[in-house]
Amino acid sequence: MNLLAEAFSAALASLNAHRLRSFLTTLGILIGTMAVIAVVSVLQGFSDSISNQFSDLGSNTLTLDAINEQENFRTGRINRISFDDVETLRYRVPGVSRVAPIISPQLGGAAYRGRTTTPQILGATEESQDVLGVDASIGRFITASDDRNGRRIVVIGVDVRDELRMPKNPIGEYLLIGREWFRVVGLLEKRGEIFGFSQDNRVFIPFSVARSLTGTFERPFMEVSFTVENLAELAQVRERANRAIRLSRKLAPNAEPDFEIKAADSFIKQFNQITATATAVLAGIVGISLLVGGIGIMNIMLVSVTERTREIGILKALGATRRDILIQFLLEAALLSLLGGLIGIVLGLLAGMGIASLIPNFPPAHVPVWVMLAAAGFSALVGVVFGIAPASKAASLDPIEALRYE
Amino acid sequence: MIELRGIVKKYVLGEETVLALAGVDLFIGRNEYVALIGPSGSGKSTLMNIIGCLDSPSEGQYILNGRDTSSLRDDELAIVRNREIGFIFQSFHLLPRQTALQNVMQPLVYRRMPPAERRERAAHALEKVGLGDRLDHRPNQLSGGQRQRVAVARALVGEPSLLLADEPTGNLDSRTSLEIMALFDALHAQGQTVVIVTHEPDIAAHCRRTIRVRDGLVVEDSLNPPRAA
Repeated sequence: MNLLAEAFSAALASLNAHRLRSFLTTLGILIGTMAVIAVVSVLQGFSDSISNQFSDLGSNTLTLDAINEQENFRTGRINRISFDDVETLRYRVPGVSRVAPIISPQLGGAAYRGRTTTPQILGATEESQDVLGVDASIGRFITASDDRNGRRIVVIGVDVRDELRMPKNPIGEYLLIGREWFRVVGLLEKRGEIFGFSQDNRVFIPFSVARSLTGTFERPFMEVSFTVENLAELAQVRERANRAIRLSRKLAPNAEPDFEIKAADSFIKQFNQITATATAVLAGIVGISLLVGGIGIMNIMLVSVTERTREIGILKALGATRRDILIQFLLEAALLSLLGGLIGIVLGLLAGMGIASLIPNFPPAHVPVWVMLAAAGFSALVGVVFGIAPASKAASLDPIEALRYE
Repeated sequence: MIELRGIVKKYVLGEETVLALAGVDLFIGRNEYVALIGPSGSGKSTLMNIIGCLDSPSEGQYILNGRDTSSLRDDELAIVRNREIGFIFQSFHLLPRQTALQNVMQPLVYRRMPPAERRERAAHALEKVGLGDRLDHRPNQLSGGQRQRVAVARALVGEPSLLLADEPTGNLDSRTSLEIMALFDALHAQGQTVVIVTHEPDIAAHCRRTIRVRDGLVVEDSLNPPRAA
């Protein structure tokens, strides 16, 4: 240990003697590490925020949605979830607990005292509160009674309130949606953004009201989220629902389904997959940049060994063994690379925070500690690996030749 | 103490084999003060390298303090150099970035000596050569004579059985040369075994014994007349 500490301080002193050169040599490692930390910090911050947003959706929640290919939109034959499907889920599938259909009626914009905005208008039932995890921060959410009685009430998002310059507490104000007046009964909790789209620029009205305003001939876009009674039966309930919906949609036994039932966490899974792919690609790029950085270190270390040939000769004359010289130069290479890595980590963190703060409403950057440790360890490893050739060259110098070297 | 038996050293240069030492027999006892002289190309440097365990002979035996070193591996030779030999070079060969004290401490590093003890012994060695007030100076802050004194201190710090100096005054002016030679004289007087490789008769005259090498052979081995103090 004493020997290592000795070699460590010798290596530091030697790097310190050529500060500029050491810095330039390790620049490759520095930039590589900085890039990986910056990108990882942004990706991770993003991923964390996505996961948080979706954790509101319980894991016992399933979502029924129609499948539409590019072809469907082009020809206008768009698949939609029907009210029958909702009824089927509600009454014909054992194990389904609560069904929360969400309807998107095309009602146009919202207006308040001469100001207008175009929020996402959604028709929801009382169940949406639990199933989708939406709730009012002031006032209340839609109740079963609102739905039954077709009350013209609305629960609005904070963006809508702010856009229309309504009072901080908008309860009791009247809002014009389409051609109908709605009384505000609640303000939704703030949710922030996903992929840059605000989750607060929306209003909820009772499902029955949305349905009646849509008219009879038009079929609105609808999505149904539902929970299962017993989480352990999730897969079975999903399969049962699948069969029941196929029946209600009158699909031929071997026809491709025009709907899908997704688990709530499938989006998170998909996103994590994207993140993992991005990370893998990134790791490849970083690998290449560290390889280049490592070659740079090897190059300069070889130059340094040549320059210090006489010094090595002196040390050998004084009794340094091959191992002593080898350890000294290996440590020097590792330290050089590690320093680059450490500076890179710090700069990468700063860059990540900078990028995150430059993009409006972007989630804050975040790097797991293990990534930083791995980056530091890996950069040191690069130094050791690429230091082997120069160090063994130094160690195997003939002391007489080395002493004679000018 | 030093015993060479039939030492032969050959170098292969291309297709030619050069015979640097053609069978040298030599004995140097404890506390001797020896000058190794000879023209360049005579083989005296090769002989010095072998005595200093920097090189191994092609044939023959080299027995240092009762131990045959001719068959030792590189790293074993390094340990022998560290314990038994104190080198002094013509161009001092100090480590430029290190202070006088650090330079003198360096051989003790390879002896795995604890730092505190190392420091103490190095400081003591520097005091012994009259540089007790220059511990933290770097080589470029010291004069030629002072640098060579640091080198002497470094050679002495490990208490080697042999002090081996290669043209120690070659880069010094005559007055400084005298100071350095006085230092060697004093060390010899204290019981140190000293071998000086030189081509200057003045320097060789300080020693008690002269060994002349020519064409890879010892051609003269004589005791010097005692010098007037």
